[in-house]
Amino acid sequence: MQRDPIVEVEDLSVRFVNRDIDLSVVSGVSFSLAAGEVLCLLGESGSGKSVTMRALLRLLPPHAQITGRIRLAGRDVIGMSERQLESVRGPVGAMIFQEPMTALDPVFTIGTQIAETIVSHEGVSYTDARKRALELLEMVQIPSAERRLNAYPHELSGGLRQRAMIALALSCRPALLLADEPTTALDATVQIQILLLLRSLQRELGMATIFVTHDIGVACEVADRISVMYAGRFVETGPVGDVIARPSHPYTAGLLQSTVHAGSRGQRLPSIPGAPPDLADLPNGCSFSPRCSRRLAACDTSVPPLVGVGEDRMARCVNPLLVAETVLA
Amino acid sequence: MHLYILRRLLYTLPIIIGVTFVCFSFIHLAPGDPISAVLPENASAEVVAQIKAAYGFDQPLPVQYLRWLWNVANGDFGSSIMTRRPVISEVMPAVANTALLAITAIMLSFALGITLGLVSGFSDRRITDRSVTGFAVIGISVPHYWLGMVMVVIFAVLLRALPATGMGPAGTRIWMFTWEDLRHMILPAITLAMIPTGVLARSVRAMVAEVRRQEFVQTLKGKGLRRGRIFLHIIKNSAPPIMAIMGLQFAQLLGGSILVETVFAWPGTGFLLNAAIATRDLPLLQGTVIVLATFFVMTNLFVDILQTMVDPRVKRA
Repeated sequence: MQRDPIVEVEDLSVRFVNRDIDLSVVSGVSFSLAAGEVLCLLGESGSGKSVTMRALLRLLPPHAQITGRIRLAGRDVIGMSERQLESVRGPVGAMIFQEPMTALDPVFTIGTQIAETIVSHEGVSYTDARKRALELLEMVQIPSAERRLNAYPHELSGGLRQRAMIALALSCRPALLLADEPTTALDATVQIQILLLLRSLQRELGMATIFVTHDIGVACEVADRISVMYAGRFVETGPVGDVIARPSHPYTAGLLQSTVHAGSRGQRLPSIPGAPPDLADLPNGCSFSPRCSRRLAACDTSVPPLVGVGEDRMARCVNPLLVAETVLA
Repeated sequence: MHLYILRRLLYTLPIIIGVTFVCFSFIHLAPGDPISAVLPENASAEVVAQIKAAYGFDQPLPVQYLRWLWNVANGDFGSSIMTRRPVISEVMPAVANTALLAITAIMLSFALGITLGLVSGFSDRRITDRSVTGFAVIGISVPHYWLGMVMVVIFAVLLRALPATGMGPAGTRIWMFTWEDLRHMILPAITLAMIPTGVLARSVRAMVAEVRRQEFVQTLKGKGLRRGRIFLHIIKNSAPPIMAIMGLQFAQLLGGSILVETVFAWPGTGFLLNAAIATRDLPLLQGTVIVLATFFVMTNLFVDILQTMVDPRVKRA
């Protein structure tokens, strides 16, 4: 932690409020990330991982209420005006979306969509911006990039589209790359290629990166650190290898057990009993307690705090699988 | 692209022929015939038969139809039974009169309808949205001939501010237009503009709202584009279906409105059609219908071609 963090998030909460509902989608999330680090947010759909990430660029619908503190490259995001946000989105933080078909504008060419971003942030001429767009397409290894510059999104395959999306995100050399399930909508073989590409670009450009996924395999492949989310809260966080090898929170352990791996051939895969929580009707205590096999009486009284469970590791559990030696000592 | 246009042009032929066929059949399904409308009631059967033969009305219907079609293909639309003048010289001035009114009305409604639609589509305030929708629904549902008559009562009869009926002295010679000519156009143009304005306001609003909900708008925001630029993206995405609606509305106005032109005694195609139907003036009716159908089909074709140029996803196959 010598370098200044690119992202600092403290006690971030997001509520969706309108006439009919008041949902706490994200509660009390804190983390920080330095240049070159990759954080993976892992969780089921509805766990708040996407919302957490979009909150960093304030890309949430108007009825979302964000509280807490978000600093990007030292600047407070929550207090920013629309104008200031426009200057942050792109050069400071850029985003890759899950479904490149719907995330790219269907009636503009790939080249135009990349070039207009460069023009609006760097004030260069459109011709120069198009040259940069071509370089970017080459950087993300799109074959015959020259021709693809003039292609519309529907004329590209899914994998190429996602590469174009990545090129778009990288167009203003962001310090922070946000990837929202970037491989979920792709074929399995293409998924690996895109992951490897993202990993190598991230290393090459030294970007801080936040990866949102529900796929543990993806998390292992790309992340340095991992934060597991459940019902809008971090339930476990730590270095990815460590967490996967020795999960501390029962939810993380359950996720790992229910994942296919070579040893599970011919066996029935264990699954976590029960259903994901209803955000409108959360239990008083630990949100996971209704599905937990290690539940104690204390679980239902209040939301457990995140406590250290080892070197650089935290878990939000009263009865963790892994009790920190350092804490005991 | 040229090939595409040529092919689309060829496709319009069967449509136009189909329209004339349907029109021809319907006229003969209706009671009454043109000859008895022009002749005195006590005309002898011999005279009637003679005149019928002169116009070819004694032939079987398919023969009549094909003969007429053949003549049209050779540029001969026949003569009006009532006025005895060639159909073409009756129809063309009426088309020009209607076009003048239609173009004025459509400009009015494009300007107003698109503005209202954009304002409500981009507004996140419920009240703006509701009031525009309310206005649009009124525009569409209030019968426009009734509105026309009410406006005549108010502006012509009570206020004596505008003429009630007719066209200005300059006719369609717009280079000679004076204030007097414009005054004649105000009421009919507003009346005609009501429906297209309502239709457009609603469709633009719906289309913009739908495009704004699409995910790529998040991407545009996420890459830090200015609002104005995002606006441009949304407009280009909503444009193709809206252009189609604009084209249809314009084509409909070009067809002339029998009701509105009758209310305001505007000497256009609607007025002419009304007269032709009333007197069973078959050649005139057929001639007017084929000209109008051609306009309608051509406007649609034009819009289709424009659409393929704006939206790359529409295949030019």
